[in-house]
Amino acid sequence: MRISLFITCFNDTLFPQSGRATVELLERLGHTVDFRPEQTCCGQMHFNTGYQREALPLVRRFVNVFGDAEVVVAPSASCVGMVRDMYNMAADLADDPALTQAIHDLQPRVFELTEFLVNKLGIEDVGAYFPHRVTYHPTCHSLRVLRIGDVPLRLLKKVRGIDYVPLPDADQCCGFGGTFAIKNADTSMAMLGDKLRAVRDTKAEYCVAADNSCLMNIGGALHRQRAGIKTIHIAEVLAQTEGGKA
Amino acid sequence: MSGKREPTSVLIELEPVFERNAPKALANTQLRRNMGKATQTIRNKRANVVGELDDWEALREAGRAIKAHTLRNLDKYLVQLEESVTKAGGHVHWASDAAEANAIITGIVQSHQAKEVIKIKSLTTDEIKLNKALAKVGINATETDLAELIIQLAGEHSSHILVPAIHKNRAEIREIFMRTLGVNELTDEPKALAAVARTHLRRKFLSTPVAISGANFAVAETGTVCIVESEGNGRMCLTLPKVLVSVMGIEKLIPTVQDFEVFLQLLPRSSTGERMNPYTSLWSGTTAGDGPEEFHLVLLDNGRTNVLADEVGRQTLNCIRCSACLNICPVYERTGGHAYGSVYPGPIGAILTPQLVGVEHAKSLPYASSLCGACYDVCPVKINIPEVLLHLRGEIVRQKQDEGGLRATLDPENIAMKVLAKIFGSRSNYENAQEMGKWGQLPLQRDGYIEWLPGLLGGWTEVRDLPAVPKETFREWWEKRDKS
Repeated sequence: MRISLFITCFNDTLFPQSGRATVELLERLGHTVDFRPEQTCCGQMHFNTGYQREALPLVRRFVNVFGDAEVVVAPSASCVGMVRDMYNMAADLADDPALTQAIHDLQPRVFELTEFLVNKLGIEDVGAYFPHRVTYHPTCHSLRVLRIGDVPLRLLKKVRGIDYVPLPDADQCCGFGGTFAIKNADTSMAMLGDKLRAVRDTKAEYCVAADNSCLMNIGGALHRQRAGIKTIHIAEVLAQTEGGKA
Repeated sequence: MSGKREPTSVLIELEPVFERNAPKALANTQLRRNMGKATQTIRNKRANVVGELDDWEALREAGRAIKAHTLRNLDKYLVQLEESVTKAGGHVHWASDAAEANAIITGIVQSHQAKEVIKIKSLTTDEIKLNKALAKVGINATETDLAELIIQLAGEHSSHILVPAIHKNRAEIREIFMRTLGVNELTDEPKALAAVARTHLRRKFLSTPVAISGANFAVAETGTVCIVESEGNGRMCLTLPKVLVSVMGIEKLIPTVQDFEVFLQLLPRSSTGERMNPYTSLWSGTTAGDGPEEFHLVLLDNGRTNVLADEVGRQTLNCIRCSACLNICPVYERTGGHAYGSVYPGPIGAILTPQLVGVEHAKSLPYASSLCGACYDVCPVKINIPEVLLHLRGEIVRQKQDEGGLRATLDPENIAMKVLAKIFGSRSNYENAQEMGKWGQLPLQRDGYIEWLPGLLGGWTEVRDLPAVPKETFREWWEKRDKS
């Protein structure tokens, strides 16, 4: 299959290793990956903060860039959630039937990486090797916008050498919430505090998730606390093989 | 508060600023413990009883559909309700705002020369600040719901729409009772606490001529009003006094008695986590020799028709005040209800309050959410709270930009968002910005992390480090790889 990578601005700039892992993984599974350099941001930050007029050109841009793609895959549940869910609201706001049509045409072809692997390709064992103790944080948008449930976990459990420990109160928000973490920093910190306690209780080496935004929140605090627990995007776990670098 | 203007309805403070209120609540460790324990208990109870039903999703959809249908035909059903209540011997009053409602109610109480009233299930009367209006003309109101009584005696505001004293523990309640009810010896055993309240309230039930209640539902076809409660104090209020006045928001209507089949399954399971609540009172007008001799129903608008006019926002009026969204909300659980500065706290309050009072008076509330979506999942009438939050955020920003003048234009957030929109607007701007980010961060980063950020962004680095921008973006890697 020819897969157009939607890297997301966040991963492109701050977590390029997750993008590289996504490419390696999809190519290892025998697919062709293309990258369209005209892509920038899906508009989620603007839209969710209320700057919705400013988000509309970014919505149009996304639709133009990816309109003719066979499938679009992104290593982010949150950004894919924006496209699949919030773009409907954006279309209503734009009051432009052509845009609405283009969005509806494109939406069924846009996938988050793990749901693409499991639900679209029907693969749970991607041949990965990761001999570490890990716990998994299901991000809010993966659970309650994309509703992919335990799909990422099914992939993780098939990874060779992995020692998976369940995360207590896993479905609780980590407190990131985009600009929420800045506007309501104190409340965000209180939520994060409870998440960190849960992560530390697992005694894992790595906390895995399908969104680098939430991982930046959790990981940034783990680093500040010198907790000795790292965060890692699920694509990077799935990309590693026994022969490859670990 | 002397000299300060007070909000006339819904709001507890004039213009609540959530992010300013929250830190106070977050610093209160007793409150955090009380709230965490209480919300978790109710949350688990709800999950268990909801899990018992195979058709929960169908029930939710039915609840949503009935509410949507009713709201679409509200004009027709309200008139039908007025006719049914009148036919059953009751009196119907229409109040467009809090002041009108209070005038109607005080008028009714005064016409009976009463100086005392008892109240039950009175969230809507909190909304219109009825107790204050009554006190102004020398009428004393006693709350008879145990938790509301506690709050009233403590001189506080409710912090939860169903469990108003959720932020208090037993020891604190004991202290309040001893201080205000003239009890010298009291343990903090729930039984002992309840006994003290019972003695206090029984006297009131037997001696007070007028009762004021809210309403959970009213049936258009029969004029039947319904109150759902746990303690039986409501039943006392609704049956013992000579005169009963019920105040209800116009959205509380359901078309037929059969609709109870849906709502009386949805409400108790979602609110207290019970299959069925202990007391469900239903009455239609008056019955000779049984219950109140005089019944008044006050229908309150107070901003609701504005909510109804908004295509996205109108689903807010589906709400049956179960409070499942409060109990599940990670923000509410940590800050408690007072931070919202409204009689309607939590996720539902964050969307209802700004719509009732106008977004310009409650700008911070739609931002009091991480958009985690848990509230939507538990809502028994499928209010898409995250969607309405986003809708209101959009309205707030548009209003600020269009009417806020130079100050709004120069607002740092507005400038940042405009600049970022420009950056994301073209490939070359975006790639240049990535390059600038790599250089701009140099003075701030150490060993691959940034530990301090200035201004607005400082909230982030208070407890977290920020990973530094790597040397090579993904697209640079791709381009190199593509060439080789």
